[in-house]
Amino acid sequence: MEQFMGSLKMITNGNVLLYILKGAGFTIGIAFFAVVLGIVIGTVLALARNYCTKGPLNIFRYISIAYIEIFRNTPLMLWIFIGLVFFPSIEFPVKFAKFFGLSRTELAVLFKAIIALVLFTSSVIAEIVRGGLNSIAKGQFEAAYSQGFNFIQTLRLIILPQTFRNIVPTLLSQVITTIKDTSYIANIAIVELMGRTFQLIQNSKVYTGMSTQNVSDVFVLCGVACIIYFAINFTLSCIVRHMQKPKKRRVQVAAAN
Amino acid sequence: MFDAEKWSLVWTHRQTFIDGTISTLLMALFGLILALVIGIVIGFMATSHKKALRAIARVYVEIIQNTPVMLQALFLFYAVTFAGVNGFSPLMCGIIALGIYHGAYISEVIRMGIQSVPKGQSEAAYSQGFGQIATMFYIVLPQTFKIILPPMVNQVVNLIKNTSCMFLAGGAVDLISRTNAFAVGEGTGSAAGQGYIIGGVIFFIICFPLSMIASHWEKKLKQKDIQPVKVRKKPDDITDAELEEIIREKGGEH
Repeated sequence: MEQFMGSLKMITNGNVLLYILKGAGFTIGIAFFAVVLGIVIGTVLALARNYCTKGPLNIFRYISIAYIEIFRNTPLMLWIFIGLVFFPSIEFPVKFAKFFGLSRTELAVLFKAIIALVLFTSSVIAEIVRGGLNSIAKGQFEAAYSQGFNFIQTLRLIILPQTFRNIVPTLLSQVITTIKDTSYIANIAIVELMGRTFQLIQNSKVYTGMSTQNVSDVFVLCGVACIIYFAINFTLSCIVRHMQKPKKRRVQVAAAN
Repeated sequence: MFDAEKWSLVWTHRQTFIDGTISTLLMALFGLILALVIGIVIGFMATSHKKALRAIARVYVEIIQNTPVMLQALFLFYAVTFAGVNGFSPLMCGIIALGIYHGAYISEVIRMGIQSVPKGQSEAAYSQGFGQIATMFYIVLPQTFKIILPPMVNQVVNLIKNTSCMFLAGGAVDLISRTNAFAVGEGTGSAAGQGYIIGGVIFFIICFPLSMIASHWEKKLKQKDIQPVKVRKKPDDITDAELEEIIREKGGEH
């Protein structure tokens, strides 16, 4: 019991709680950034894979296929490690780093990890977008051509808007996956929720004031992290489920009268 | 990239990669077995008639699916280690964590498979005197296999990809962690690129065939959806003209 109260002291300590919550903020920020960039890159990849089928354009299709398959069949961890070693180290201005409450080295490492996450996520999103593109009836293209739209216009004005409307629920589930994937960044930088939780677990003695590290520390810290992850992801998955529900036709009372 | 010296450095440390591959595969295999057991149990619970069982299954799936596998793995590892249990190996911990995490996903796959079989099927079975379990095994499950298989194989791929979840807890046993250890190692760091290529290629060789199979089955399923299943006529219903046509078709095939 005494041990448990000691562990709870960590959470009631405002600084520790703020530290964790900031981590959660980073988790959400990183995930949304990765998904938004992933949608841009993924859409380009999906379009290349689906429509670059003529003559020399084929090369773009093959590049896109190779990209998607390579990233889909290797773990994110590998790319984060590769990023750490090979991606360029950007010297961010001190002010910029201060703004995020990180040191410059932390920010540089985080930047590499985010690039890896974006590359990885974009391959998954490319497949989602492609699924959306394939679900659109061919007649839509034919109808657009018959109205004098050219290929680019057809994509931009007719096909893509419908595609994205169809895949919004799937993209949101991808946000959930990406939020979970951000935890892999903990392996190289202590910035987001998982990394900070791990950091606290390892040094729990400092915060609890106990002489030993106790099981209750793990329970309390992992419990808090679990609750935060759950709150974010469960909200998102409820939204997804709400969207996927077959829409009931609204009975128009006025018309019935 | 084509520096022979660096590649030979990889070759001299080949044991690192072999060990990594073996432990990744071991972890994936036993993790998968555990995940299948959990998935089947929870999947059945989620489709049972008892509300309490359904509720337990729902809570399990929601909690596990909405938190990262690394958090679960670390929680398991430190909770057991701090509790004073000696000899809880990272490999063991990884197997259990992966089993629990992917068990939740597999249970969802199984639940959807079971629910995709029309209710009339099990009602018909009950009316013929089948028990609940017999109905499940003889009537419902055989019909779900085709639907279940593609997402199941995808789960296997994800499971293999997630074997690196123990890295943070110091359990650098799997292929990716060992590749990284090679890449940042003092004597071997110069061949980091080559090391990552080898690690990545091994992973790709393991996962790519699996995801190919999954997408192939998926495509097949979709094609079947588009083409309605042909209702085969009984021999008596066939007119002579139709029979001739069938024979002609068959003849044409040969």
